[in-house]
Amino acid sequence: MALVPGMIKGLGVTAKTFMKTVFPDGPLKPIPAPSRGAHTVQYPHVKETPSPRARGVIALHEENCTACMLCARECPDWCIYIEGHKEKAPPRRAGGKPRQKNMLDRFDIDYALCMYCGICVEVCPFEALFWSPEYEFSEPKIADLLHDKSRLGQWMHTVPEFESYESGSEAKVKKVPK
Amino acid sequence: MMLFAADPLLVGDFGWDTLAIMLGKVVIAFALLMLSVLFMVWFERKVVSDLQNRIGPNRAGPWGLLQTLADGIKLFFKEDLVPNKADRFVFGLAPYLSLIPAFLTFAIVPVGGDFTNNNGVVPMPGGEQTYLQVADPPIGVLLFLAMSSLAVYGIMLAGWSSGSKYPLLGSVRASAQMVSYEAALGLAVVAVLIQSESLSSHDIVAAQQGGIVNWNFFATGVVPFFVFLIAGTAELNRPPFDLVEAEQELVGGFHTEYSSIRFALFFLAEFMNTVTMSAIIVTLFLGGPNGPILIDSLGWFFPTFWFMLKLFVFLFTFVWFRATLPRLRYDQLMDLGWKLLIPISLGWVLFLGAQSIGRDRGWNSIAIVAVTALVFAVAGSLLVAAINTAKADRARALEEDPEGAHGRFT
Repeated sequence: MALVPGMIKGLGVTAKTFMKTVFPDGPLKPIPAPSRGAHTVQYPHVKETPSPRARGVIALHEENCTACMLCARECPDWCIYIEGHKEKAPPRRAGGKPRQKNMLDRFDIDYALCMYCGICVEVCPFEALFWSPEYEFSEPKIADLLHDKSRLGQWMHTVPEFESYESGSEAKVKKVPK
Repeated sequence: MMLFAADPLLVGDFGWDTLAIMLGKVVIAFALLMLSVLFMVWFERKVVSDLQNRIGPNRAGPWGLLQTLADGIKLFFKEDLVPNKADRFVFGLAPYLSLIPAFLTFAIVPVGGDFTNNNGVVPMPGGEQTYLQVADPPIGVLLFLAMSSLAVYGIMLAGWSSGSKYPLLGSVRASAQMVSYEAALGLAVVAVLIQSESLSSHDIVAAQQGGIVNWNFFATGVVPFFVFLIAGTAELNRPPFDLVEAEQELVGGFHTEYSSIRFALFFLAEFMNTVTMSAIIVTLFLGGPNGPILIDSLGWFFPTFWFMLKLFVFLFTFVWFRATLPRLRYDQLMDLGWKLLIPISLGWVLFLGAQSIGRDRGWNSIAIVAVTALVFAVAGSLLVAAINTAKADRARALEEDPEGAHGRFT
């Protein structure tokens, strides 16, 4: 019996929500218009702007990648495929030993496997991977969800700038390479 | 005599006209019920979403009205799975066992007819006269109680025959819940019967005509109505009493293993029961097709209109409950049923009975109320004392032996 006032209060809350949803113009203009009163965004017709730090898709800045394989090894789903080869580069000083350079041949992310945990972005020491808030990249064929490095590079221009840190923070604000 | 000939349960001298009217009524009632289920599923989804600040189905047809149809067609073409361990015959039978009682109950509901001037009789073309209800058996209300008890079998056998643990748990809960709430439901109905002195649903409605004050809602003193509403919700397995199919605990409850058209039949039965239970509440407590007395004389249209309006209010209330109230725990459910609803309705039936006898014998009505209040106080405090003693016993047993048999479930 002690629960009855709470139940009545709850019924009142839902009733109020109902009125707000069905009659968004208030009870004085009782024209049902739930598509205006509800918070639902009618997706294909209306698009919500995702928040800047939304985890939509992972973008690759190819020039920064050294094919170190850290991301591929840390990926819980093993959905990153990296292949590379070594090239000789001219020595820094004349007469020195020629340097070795890792060249990236293949960098694929299989978004059919990816669970958007972001560990690859966290773990990359060379600032080559970035989160982009873009989310519309579904495909009719599952094989097309394997994005190669040129496709991943195309996401780069959608990557938002890093947000500035709180005031008083000494850390330098990083720049997104574009 | 014409009047009795229209009643299919009293087979007398009736001709082809009567038979045609009978068949027509059956077909119309069937179609009305199917349509109302289609509407109810859509209505429930739409209203629940409005109550939760969403839009709800809006793709199929105008305002999503055809959503139920689309879902039904989809379910029709799904693969019909029968688990290996299932008892195949009972597994196939159970959906019909829960569907048919849902249909039959609606037969005793008068959906129209002018009770103020014409005692609910509606003239038909061809000189026949009939009630606007499929059947008016002299045991009308008992048919309702029998059917709502039978519906338990559908759910119980569905869970048992699935050969799987979650459905079995669901059906065990279902039987316990429905059997214990049946008692409170029946006692609330008895209050109505004492008031209207008849079992026939037509007579119950006829006894309520002549203004809102005569409705059983007031005439039986409000309490039986609320007991009936709560017990009815529990009987329907609707939230907040839906622990039969508590998704978080039992997957789907008794219909976990059901798919395709068999699942659709359960779904249909559930919503049909909601419509039927609302109709029964309107019939028993809110005067059925009786409306505010002034407008009743306008013709045959208004009684049906009033009936539908009241039905609609209850359908909305059930959806409202569903969107608001959290599910009861199993012990809370049993507490509510056995410790609150049954004692209250039993006491109220005794009170109404005493009043009724008192009216016949010419006793002093104030004395009846005073004696009743005294009996209520004594019996109520005895009941509370008994419950508290049992609770204290359990607490002491738990303290002495926390791991013992009492410790687990208190």
